Amino acid sequence: MDHSVSLKVNGKAVTAQVEPRTLLVQLIRDHLKLTGTHVGCDTAQCGACTVHLNGRAVKACSILALQAQGGEVTTIEGLSPDGQHPMQVAFKDCHALQCGFCTPGMVMSAVQLLKDHPGATEQQIREGLEGNLCRCTGYHNIVRAVSAVAARG
Amino acid sequence: MYAFEYLRPDTAAAAAAAASGADARYLAGGQSLVQAMKLRLSSAERLVDLGGLDALRAIEVSGGRVVIGAMATHAQVHASAAVRGAIPALADLAGGIGDAMVRNMGTLGGSFANADPAACYPAAAVALGATIRTDRREIPAEAFFTGLYETALQPGELILSVSFPVPTRAAYAKFKQPASRFALVGVMVSQSPAGVRVGVTGARACVFRCAELEAALSASFTPEAAAAVQLPVAGMNADLHASADYRAAMVVTMTARAVKAALGR
Repeated sequence: MDHSVSLKVNGKAVTAQVEPRTLLVQLIRDHLKLTGTHVGCDTAQCGACTVHLNGRAVKACSILALQAQGGEVTTIEGLSPDGQHPMQVAFKDCHALQCGFCTPGMVMSAVQLLKDHPGATEQQIREGLEGNLCRCTGYHNIVRAVSAVAARG
Repeated sequence: MYAFEYLRPDTAAAAAAAASGADARYLAGGQSLVQAMKLRLSSAERLVDLGGLDALRAIEVSGGRVVIGAMATHAQVHASAAVRGAIPALADLAGGIGDAMVRNMGTLGGSFANADPAACYPAAAVALGATIRTDRREIPAEAFFTGLYETALQPGELILSVSFPVPTRAAYAKFKQPASRFALVGVMVSQSPAGVRVGVTGARACVFRCAELEAALSASFTPEAAAAVQLPVAGMNADLHASADYRAAMVVTMTARAVKAALGR
C-alpha cells in the first residue's frame, strides 16, 4: 500500500505517494526529478547520494523516503540559488572534480564538515570526508578546495 | 528490496503493540537494516519505524551512570558534552563508527540490536558493564550479546536505553578495516574500583571479555603488561582481511594502545 510522504525539499513543500520500500534517493531522483543527487554504489560505501536531512548529511540510498516524513531535505540543487555556494566555487577554482560523479555528494559532505569544524585542518578534512569515494582518485584537489573554504572561515 | 508494511508509532508502547504477533522488525536509523533489506539478506512483513519516538533520544548523566536512549545517534553521543565529561572513551568510540553520514542516522539501540560481530558499541558495553533496558526487563551486557548477530532480545522486545557505569578510566582502540570502517579488531579497556575489564570486538563471532588480558592488567595496568600476553588463536575470526593469528596479535596490540590512552587522559 502506498503511503503519503510530506517533506520540504530545497525549501519547497512536497507531498508524494510512495511504497514503503521507496528510498529517499528514489523519491528525490525519480519522483521529484532532482537528478543532481547521484547513486554510486547503492550500498552506503561511496557517499555520492549525500543530502542534508534536517541539517545533517545523510546517505539518501540508505534511508526510506518515509523516514524523512516531515523533515527538511537539501540537495545539491538547493545549496544555493545560482550554483555559487562558496564550496561550489572552491571546487571549480581548485579543479576539484574529474568525472564529476562524486562531486554533489562531496560538496554536501564538505559543507556539513565545515559546519561542524569551521577552520578544519587538512587532516580533519581528509578524515571527515572518509565516507565519500572518488573513483577518479581526485582527492588532492578536493581536499585543497575544502581547505580553501576552511581557511576563509 | 521485498515489499513490507510500514508503521510509524509515536510511543514505545504503540511500537511494541505494532510489532507483536507479526513478522515485524523495528527500524531505528536503518544504517544496517535498510542495506541488508536492499540486498535481500534480511526481510520482514512489517517494519515498525522508531523515528517518531523522540523520548528515546535522551542522554542523561547522573548517579555515576551515563544513560543513553536507544534512538540517540552516534553523532549525538559523540557531540554530547555530558557523555564526554563522564566517559570520554564512549564519546570517542561513537565518533569513530562508520563515517559522518552513517553517524548522523545510525543509533545506539540499532547497533545493540543488530549485534554485528565487528560493531564498536558492544566492546564498550561489556568493558564498562553496561545494562540494557528494554520494555520488559534489564539485561546485563554480557548476557545480551549471545552470538553472531544474536542477542537475548525476544521477538518484539524493544530496547529503550543503555546504562553505562562511569569507570575510573577507560579507552577504546580500534584497528579499522578501511573499506567497511568496522573494527578489524577493537578493544575497550576500563578500570574501576570493581576491577579491570577488557571488551573485544571484531575478533570472534561475538564480542567477548578477554580473561587473559584482564588478569595481566589487574596485576599491572600498563601497556607493557598487556603487550606481554600471548592469546590463544583458537576461535579467532579468519577472513580475507586478516588471519586468526593476526587478529589474536592485534587484540593484544590494541589492548596495549587502549591502556596507554586510558592512562594518558
